[in-house]
Amino acid sequence: MNLRTLAWKSLRSRRSTALLTVISISVSVLLFLGVERIRVNAQSSFANTVSGTDLIVGARSGSIQLLLYSVFRIGDATNNISWDSYQTIAKNKQVDWVIPISLGDSHRGFRVMGTNKAYFEHFRYGQKNHLSLASGKSFDGIFETVIGSEVAKSLNYKIGDQIIISHGTVSTKFTEHKDKPFVISGILAHTGTPVDRTVHVSLAGIEAMHINWQGGSKKRRIVRELTEENLQPESITAFLVGLKSRVKAFSLQREINDYQAEPLLAIFPGVALHELWRLMSVAEKALLIISIFVVLAALTGMLAVSLAGLNERRREIAVLRSIGASHWQIMSLLITETVLLTLAGISLGIAMLYIFIFIAQPYIEANYGLFLPITWPSSRELMMVSLLLIAGLLISLIPAYRAYRNSLIDGMSARI
Amino acid sequence: MTSNTTLATPLVRLTDVEFSWQANAKPSIHSGQLTINQQEHVFIQGASGSGKSTLLNIIGGIVTPRKGHVEVLGHDLLRLKKIPRDRVRADHIGFIFQQFNLIPYLSIIENVILPCRFSKVRERNAIQRSGTVREEALYLLNRLYSTSTPDFNKPARELSVGQQQRIAAARALIGQPQLIIADEPTSSLDYDAREAFLDLLFDEVRASGSTLLYVSHDPSHKHLFDRVIDMSSINSLSS
Repeated sequence: MNLRTLAWKSLRSRRSTALLTVISISVSVLLFLGVERIRVNAQSSFANTVSGTDLIVGARSGSIQLLLYSVFRIGDATNNISWDSYQTIAKNKQVDWVIPISLGDSHRGFRVMGTNKAYFEHFRYGQKNHLSLASGKSFDGIFETVIGSEVAKSLNYKIGDQIIISHGTVSTKFTEHKDKPFVISGILAHTGTPVDRTVHVSLAGIEAMHINWQGGSKKRRIVRELTEENLQPESITAFLVGLKSRVKAFSLQREINDYQAEPLLAIFPGVALHELWRLMSVAEKALLIISIFVVLAALTGMLAVSLAGLNERRREIAVLRSIGASHWQIMSLLITETVLLTLAGISLGIAMLYIFIFIAQPYIEANYGLFLPITWPSSRELMMVSLLLIAGLLISLIPAYRAYRNSLIDGMSARI
Repeated sequence: MTSNTTLATPLVRLTDVEFSWQANAKPSIHSGQLTINQQEHVFIQGASGSGKSTLLNIIGGIVTPRKGHVEVLGHDLLRLKKIPRDRVRADHIGFIFQQFNLIPYLSIIENVILPCRFSKVRERNAIQRSGTVREEALYLLNRLYSTSTPDFNKPARELSVGQQQRIAAARALIGQPQLIIADEPTSSLDYDAREAFLDLLFDEVRASGSTLLYVSHDPSHKHLFDRVIDMSSINSLSS
């Protein structure tokens, strides 16, 4: 029986307080690592949302706003841009490809995006991955739709199902385009980006369902033949631009920003993403600070429990001294106990983190579009828990020193 | 006080030791020359507060007097550094206190074995006698519990005070330390238990050839001992 076993048996004899201490530390570790996990994954998923696009063009507003509605499907555009402007820029000789984006409708909480086949061909995310279909095919007809993986999963849709699209981004029964149901022609493979939560239709489809509408309400029914030609949109919300040579990106950006016919804004996605992340980092830092304080609270709790127990243990320590334990061994016993508690707390906290990720993974992805993969702890996380362990070790010196002082006073004859 | 010293070897020798708890107070211990010889059974008598515990703490190397010379088994305790001083206590002295002798969260057998975990010397002695430390502990326990044997894996805290004192005796005796110091070991026992305990203690001390230093305020057992020292002779407060 060495000091470690002695410490272990001593802790086991006080198992209810020891367990509570371990739980409070593990909860703080869970919070601490959880915040770190979400931060890192949010950052990488942010950066992965769009790649290979050189410019995003929309109506003049803020660059973050444009990025948010065109790529993240968050918020709404203040204004549309005309089809003519889109056509003009698309025909610029620097431009390799363009992807039009037309927003403003939704289906059961998921945003509907009007686009064309260029989207499936040119849109890229993550490490320049192309979109691929998990099943079915891209939309051909006006009333066909391709849905993201998350849409299919959470609404349990399959190829051939009919869906009704609502006008506007808030779903109300009064504003459904009930007269024009769409048929699901394809389901995209999982990307871990907002694409998963998007319902894609053709620009013609967007026009078609709005034919009898004006200003957000139904108009008198006008029967008109729906063909691709007469469904030419007058305006779109934004478009993504790929250039033949990235060197020309700055000059084209200036050209678009100075566009005479209407006020336009062109942004570099990377720059805007960085700006957006900087904005988010305030919240991220606040969370980190809070979790550090929770960790400190847990460590203080452990210290309080350890110090409170010390008085009851004066006799025990005096007995150990009489048997021949040195001051150093008494201090080691208390240090070992505290370090064991911290270690147990950290281990339980990490276990809880993985259980939490495992359970909450689908929920977080469905509600916040953030995919948390189950991966080994990162070196940064390991460094964080090591720091916590060192903090536990430093804190253990306080009861250890107090026990040393007590044993100097008590000798072998503490009578409690 | 120097009666038996001519032939016997001294085990503990205190020379002009002065000790006081406060730095400038009058010393509460004033030993003069105090010698305890090997295999001697010495009774130290004194009222409570007469400095008995302090004396034992000095011999155990737990407190250091400000003056004088303390020799235990040939070791000059005051010259030794802290760790070797603790080592002398661990290797050569077994303590029995009035009560609360045991580590409450350890089992009976673990409590008895404990000194062998702090002292290689006592571990070696135990192994030499019984093969393993555990066997030696069981041997001592069985001797102390000749009639009814409790479950030795039971936690110490579940035992009565009388039973705890027997475990404490077994622990003090394991590994045959040369010096057994008993500080009021029977004061929390009733009369019958007291007699039985003392018989066992004397048997074991004789069997292992140890020296016994027995401290009590109660003079009723002093006839069992080779020599009686009155605390007042080494304590300036009551002199």
